[in-house]
Amino acid sequence: MNADHLAAEQVDVVVVGGGPAGLSVATELRRRGAATVVVIEREATAGGVPRHTDHVGFGMRDLRRVMSGPRYAAALVQRAERAGVEIRSATTVTDWIGDRTLALASSDGTSAIAARAVVLATGVRERPRSARLVPGDRPAGVYTTAAIQQLAQRGIAPGTRAVIVGAEHVSFSAVLTLRHAGCSVAAMVTPLARHQTYWPLRIATATRHRVKVFTGVDIASIHGRPRVERVELTNGRAIQCDTVVFTGDWIPEHELARRAGVTIDASHRGPLVDGAARTDRTGVFAIGNLVHPAETADVCALHGRHAASAVMEWLAVDEWPSRRLRVLTTTPIEWVSPAWIDPLTATPRDRFVLRVDQFVESRTMRVHQGERELWHGTVLGGSLVPNRSISIASHWTADVDPDGGDVVLSAEP
Amino acid sequence: MYDVCVIGAGVVGSAVARLLSHQRLNIVLVDASNDVGAGTSKANTAILHTGFDATPGSIEAGLVARGYAMLRAYAPSVGIALEETGAVLVAWTDDQAAALPALIAKAHANGYDAAALIDAAEVREREPRLGDGVVAGMVVPGEHIIDPWSTPIAFAREAIANGATWRPGCRVTGFEFGDEHTVITAERGEAIEARFVVNAAGLFSDVVNELAGASEFTVRPRRGELIVFDKLARPLLHGTVLPVPTATTKGVLVAPTVFGNVMVGPTADDIDDKTATGSTRAGIDALVAHARRILPALADEEVTSVYAGLRAATEHSDYQLAHRPDLRYVCLGGIRSTGLTASMALAEETLRRLVECGLASSPKSPDEIAPIRMTNLGEAGPRPYQQPRNTGIVCHCERVTRDEIVAACTTAPGATDLDGVRRRTRAVAGRCQGFACLAEVCTIAATATSTTPASWLHG
Repeated sequence: MNADHLAAEQVDVVVVGGGPAGLSVATELRRRGAATVVVIEREATAGGVPRHTDHVGFGMRDLRRVMSGPRYAAALVQRAERAGVEIRSATTVTDWIGDRTLALASSDGTSAIAARAVVLATGVRERPRSARLVPGDRPAGVYTTAAIQQLAQRGIAPGTRAVIVGAEHVSFSAVLTLRHAGCSVAAMVTPLARHQTYWPLRIATATRHRVKVFTGVDIASIHGRPRVERVELTNGRAIQCDTVVFTGDWIPEHELARRAGVTIDASHRGPLVDGAARTDRTGVFAIGNLVHPAETADVCALHGRHAASAVMEWLAVDEWPSRRLRVLTTTPIEWVSPAWIDPLTATPRDRFVLRVDQFVESRTMRVHQGERELWHGTVLGGSLVPNRSISIASHWTADVDPDGGDVVLSAEP
Repeated sequence: MYDVCVIGAGVVGSAVARLLSHQRLNIVLVDASNDVGAGTSKANTAILHTGFDATPGSIEAGLVARGYAMLRAYAPSVGIALEETGAVLVAWTDDQAAALPALIAKAHANGYDAAALIDAAEVREREPRLGDGVVAGMVVPGEHIIDPWSTPIAFAREAIANGATWRPGCRVTGFEFGDEHTVITAERGEAIEARFVVNAAGLFSDVVNELAGASEFTVRPRRGELIVFDKLARPLLHGTVLPVPTATTKGVLVAPTVFGNVMVGPTADDIDDKTATGSTRAGIDALVAHARRILPALADEEVTSVYAGLRAATEHSDYQLAHRPDLRYVCLGGIRSTGLTASMALAEETLRRLVECGLASSPKSPDEIAPIRMTNLGEAGPRPYQQPRNTGIVCHCERVTRDEIVAACTTAPGATDLDGVRRRTRAVAGRCQGFACLAEVCTIAATATSTTPASWLHG
């Protein structure tokens, strides 16, 4: 390990993960004058999840254009390259070998890279069937949304008749992918009382694709060999199908973050960060869906872009906050991100994102520090629906007492 | 015409075929499924047992002790991952603690002298992350964890490299015992003629035994469910943590795996259906609850996979070995969870019984025996992705390179489905379960075998 350490290549910033967040922070860092910015991407091509999401709706908030996932991914790569970012694809960060020194593996074998700042942008995955502890046989035909997107993109039919587990945005996206690949959808199932997407998308899938959504019920078991033959639901009903797609239920790809020893948010299992995307390990930042699982690609890109100023500040000033205030949440709020406030130095992004774990009528939220109310107001968009992105304004952080206690975010019942 | 037909390519049948391939014999290894090690052998606790707790004087005890020494030497010589992590048997109640001295005595009776009693503080020093309530313990330093997937594949590969014929998808339906040879009929394909027959059919060894007109035992499958936790859980554990066994079961253990995960299991349910390899709600819930009691920090870790396997239990407590010189037939029945450990000793025992049945032993000279080399799948040894000029990682969770997937499909006995690729490489076995690499793995396998990705995907 010591030999590796000595031989490590030296750069200003290493960004781990070449998806929308990672590419955007790298591009912005170069534009702000960082000399050497290297993005380490484990796949052969950078661009992240949008590479495989072959429908329109990407780029609105960050590039002010609307394009397909693959075109958006290519555009972000091109912008990064033009800005002078070095994208090192087909390269995996395997571990830490120093405070900001990383072990790499590629087709050339192992190497090491040392940086003044490390930005983790490793993204999320959907919890697969096994992580959800769904019992039964282990037949072929059980997937996640990302897997069927990649299969469909290669013209490999995932199956002929599917049950989709989940009824959030990505679940409806899975419907479109399956239909496009010639696979019918027998049903969607969600343990929640209602679906969690927007009505237009729900109506479009209901009328165009006649998809039934079973609410208040979960998948109980999977049966068949060698291929899925049916699923059984918790209400005793059985559905014949040869395909099961587990959608959503995001978990951050947090291995590297956890191996860094940074504090993890128990509620979403990504690293805790402040408004400047700083973890509690000096010089280590975390951005994108790793810290808010999961937002759309353009929100991740904006988060990356925002984090660039804090990275530049760290490179210039070499100071790391030692004291932070926690933003705590009360039920039904599941998590908020960022969940740390550094009232002395940080410039927060213009919003906090959060999730709720039940349907709530009210759209009003409150922020307190002790007895003192810092803010109350309406969420910036949408309504309080589980699995749906919710955000609130962040200007109230200016009123936080740096010497006060933790801040509490609550929803009005 | 073959000299010996070995029925069943689990870890036992494959070990038999390997040993026989070191003789000047014409061997055929057949299996009802399409792959080696695709039945009981693929879902076990992956432990190389010292046999300290076997029933002294039993056939099993002798073969486990001998097999332990043989596989312990063989595994590193061909590149099967093996780690001597040791085990600690933990007593959680005073009654369990009171049972420990008898276990030490049993270990001695089995010829294993390295086991020792330790107090609660020593247990905690060894496994500091254990839950509350440890009363006492016993260390068994010789217990190993092993790659259970590569072991039968290595045996079969060595057998094939030394001239054995491999016939997958061959379910035996009957025997016609002649004076000189036996005709073995199969559900599909041509009948096989062989002078000697070895029944290593595992769960179906009783069915095959009946085809030979014998009925010494009936296999009553014992289902064992297992859950595998994420690699981030591996540092929570030093070695294997065993419960104090009861009269009926060895109980649920918590063990590291050579792949860098933590495994919890097995449950033990006696069932009737030999195909019921599904997991159950009750089984999974019990294992998760158990895991969190033994290692509370597991509550924060994700589950990577859930398996269920069937052990070939019978109404008898010991292995059911028999041979019939008149039929030139050897039966290896009732080999339960210790089959992995005992496999190489069972092969020796089988050869001995074949000779008693009239087989003329005619060993090849060492330089006539082709060696094999397996690609290491264990975290403790070097892996292809770390080597210069490798073909690049395809499965990121398990760090499997492109060439490993190609080799899995093209090196005999080659994988014929995705599960076969998984057991040969670890590809798609990791925490994302194919979220990132499923399509690519199927595409690589298809290109390597001139088939379609869909044929790999759909099983």
